[in-house]
Amino acid sequence: MAKYSLKINGKTQQVDVDPSTPILWVLRDHLNMPGTKFGCGMAQCGACTIHLDGNATRSCVLPVSAIGKSAITTIEGLSENGTHPVQKAWLEHDVAQCGYCQSGQIMSATALLKSNPKPTDEDIDNAMSGNICRCGTYLRIKEAIKTAANTSNAK
Amino acid sequence: MKTQSRRSFLKASALSGGGFMLGLYQDVFAGQKIKSSISNAIPVQFLESSNFNELNGFVKITADNVIKIMSPNPEGGQGVKTSMPMIVAEELDVDFTKIIIEQADLDTKHFTRQFIGGSQAIHQGYTALRMAGATARQMLREAAAQKWNVPVNEISTELGVLYHKNSGKLAKYGEMATTAAQIPVPRDVKLKEIKDFKIIGKSQRNVDLDKIVSGKPLFGIDTKVDGMLIAMIVHPPAMGLKFKAVQNESVVKKMKGIKDVFPIKIFNDDYEKTFFDTNQFNEVVAIVGSSTWEVMQAKKALKVSWDEQAAFSQNRNMNGRKMAEKIPTGLENSTDHTTKLAEGLLKPANIRRKDGDVENAFKNASKVIERTYNAPFLAHNCMEPMNFFAHVTDEKVSLSGPLQKPEFTEQALSTRLGIPLEKIDIKLTRLGGGFGRRSYAHWLIEAALISQKVKAPVKLIYTREDDMTAGIYRPSYSAKYRAALDANNNLIGFHVKVGGIPQTPLAPNRFPAGAVDNYLAEDFTIDTNITVGSYRAPHSNFMAAAEQSFLDEIAETAGKDPITFRLDLLKRAKDNPVGKNNDYDANRFIKVLELVKEKSNWESTKSLKKLGFSAYFCHDSYAAHVLDVEMKEGLPVVNKVFCAIDCGIVINPDAAKNMSEGGIVDAIGAAMYGKMAFSKGVPESNNFHNYRMIRHNEAPKAIEIHFVENTEKPTGMGEPAYPPVHAALANALYKATGKRLYSQPFSENL
Repeated sequence: MAKYSLKINGKTQQVDVDPSTPILWVLRDHLNMPGTKFGCGMAQCGACTIHLDGNATRSCVLPVSAIGKSAITTIEGLSENGTHPVQKAWLEHDVAQCGYCQSGQIMSATALLKSNPKPTDEDIDNAMSGNICRCGTYLRIKEAIKTAANTSNAK
Repeated sequence: MKTQSRRSFLKASALSGGGFMLGLYQDVFAGQKIKSSISNAIPVQFLESSNFNELNGFVKITADNVIKIMSPNPEGGQGVKTSMPMIVAEELDVDFTKIIIEQADLDTKHFTRQFIGGSQAIHQGYTALRMAGATARQMLREAAAQKWNVPVNEISTELGVLYHKNSGKLAKYGEMATTAAQIPVPRDVKLKEIKDFKIIGKSQRNVDLDKIVSGKPLFGIDTKVDGMLIAMIVHPPAMGLKFKAVQNESVVKKMKGIKDVFPIKIFNDDYEKTFFDTNQFNEVVAIVGSSTWEVMQAKKALKVSWDEQAAFSQNRNMNGRKMAEKIPTGLENSTDHTTKLAEGLLKPANIRRKDGDVENAFKNASKVIERTYNAPFLAHNCMEPMNFFAHVTDEKVSLSGPLQKPEFTEQALSTRLGIPLEKIDIKLTRLGGGFGRRSYAHWLIEAALISQKVKAPVKLIYTREDDMTAGIYRPSYSAKYRAALDANNNLIGFHVKVGGIPQTPLAPNRFPAGAVDNYLAEDFTIDTNITVGSYRAPHSNFMAAAEQSFLDEIAETAGKDPITFRLDLLKRAKDNPVGKNNDYDANRFIKVLELVKEKSNWESTKSLKKLGFSAYFCHDSYAAHVLDVEMKEGLPVVNKVFCAIDCGIVINPDAAKNMSEGGIVDAIGAAMYGKMAFSKGVPESNNFHNYRMIRHNEAPKAIEIHFVENTEKPTGMGEPAYPPVHAALANALYKATGKRLYSQPFSENL
């Protein structure tokens, strides 16, 4: 076990866990933050996507020991009350079906818009193809990303 | 004006169904989208209120006017947690944006058929849900009549307010709720005229969406309570193996955070299985520890020896009817499955329907077409891996998690634990996908047995590898179709022989039965020790693919337009059906074909674009698709999908569209890439790196959904859009490549 001081959603949190523990399980098991989802455990489905210093990162394969001083943002920290433009766009397009993959989809989408505020369809496909949705909501996700891109403060 | 007896709804609720719904009258919902925030409408302090007056199982109202509608069936993404309460709210006459909606626990006292599957939740629950709302409204009116001392028939309602015109008296529902709860349930109530619907047919947003987009705990896997331990299982690595012994128990028990390691037996040897009890891996090894990562490490370190599972047979109790099953021994290979299916197609099979003189029709035919279609086993791959929470004590069994058939599973658990049903509570969490997989909730029993052994609350989680390799697959199928055409290219004979491992997919009375004078449908099954289960649109997902691909080839051979060819057959079935036992309504079927033909501009674009058509009836609904496909750099691109559906009254139109879009995307993925193969009993795919799922860049560029406008009883949306997709894709790919596709997954054959 080892102690880590983690910057998560603007707050510093202390955990005492095995260094190999993926940040996904630190969030879910140790910090009561279940918004980040377990899907595959091998960075193949995107359900566990978080931001590490603003970049979309698969938390299921990222050991806590590798994080250092990087800032973590999770779905819980994206906004105070679901008011981030991407979250609002998800509401507007009533995107979700089962909803399980959607926090990962939203985290990938927000990272995309941060680096590319006006993505083309192809840009969206490229940035989002690591996020699986078994319900098949891909078209609504794309529309929601475009709506968010058209919102002035989408960053 | 319909009246319904009280009895019909008292124990009535939702039903099975993956479905969704929506509905109705075009002038009611045309183009309207109501975007409301349910969660913001109710002051937080009321959410915890316990002072609800229960008017019936569905409707609860506090004196300070908080109105709560219970949603009885599990929510798996098909939208029933929104659409079922919409139906109650319609008849209750309340503002849908100002009520609380709550997922009911398993509650066999208040609800029946509290499960999802077969797109039946809305279809079977529709009248009961309306009765629940209408009866509660009537009790509120009677309470007001008593208090105001006026005739009940002079009291009207509007959006949660009771009104007596002559006296000018007004009251919110809450003011009358305490009195109303004491009033005997009325024997008969009037239901609304469809034309008066205000909520049904107007799009309402998914009531859990605020929580979904902000990462609030909603799913079973998010469950956490004080003192809770994490459990995982280790199951045999191959179908056909069984547990023998744990080899390094003492080593693993000493690993960090690990509390216990022990085998559990899911069903006792003398247990009589019912519908949703699974066949294999009856004994697995449980590992219990304090955190998920620690248990995952122990799981990797655990060494277990396995034995070959001997053959066995059993009689499954299907609601009193005994169904014999033979489970063979051995380690099976996909190549053997293919051979056995091919051999089965050459042997005599069970004749399920025969019209006319099929042999003679083929003997006299000018042209005979014969084609064989194949499909592999498929894994469900719900995005939320299988999981369940259990806390078993001597006094009580508390369970919580995602499952589709809680009532069935509760009975199996009660038998297994020897604990009466009254002591078992099951809370229903949102399902991170179901698709049939969560009908087979052996993991609930596993979780309960583990909790009982370690005497602590336990959350059992499957890894993705467990989820994909522990069994319950869509069966593998093969079908041989033959068609006889006369000199004028009329279809004079039709023959299908189809086999499944281990279940038959045949529905012998579906189209084109009823449309061809000489018709023969046969089937056969092949025993296996690979476990199977319902998979989105069970069996129809294959039959539609095969039949609708074949009809496309018949039409081509006959020199006919593929839609016109089918319409001619349906007109025959409508005007002069062959046989009486045809399970589709040809008239409704025709309208769906005509709608998609019109919306896709079929006539004017079919020579310009690579269009594929397909249509299918199942789960009480009619669906037809036109896919516009092209090949780019050797890969298929679906430019556009036109979809027409008749699902009766549409309850929640935008959500129904979402469900249809999703079914189309999901089916394209399964048709193109879906495959679970076996090598010596070992599932060859175990995670998303080697089980290919459709991804963003492979989805259609655009989808249009069109609903037939009618006032038929609503049907469910979980499945109907799915089955016709495979063939529409294959038929379009034929136009784009010149190659017919006979075996799924198509990506291996393009």
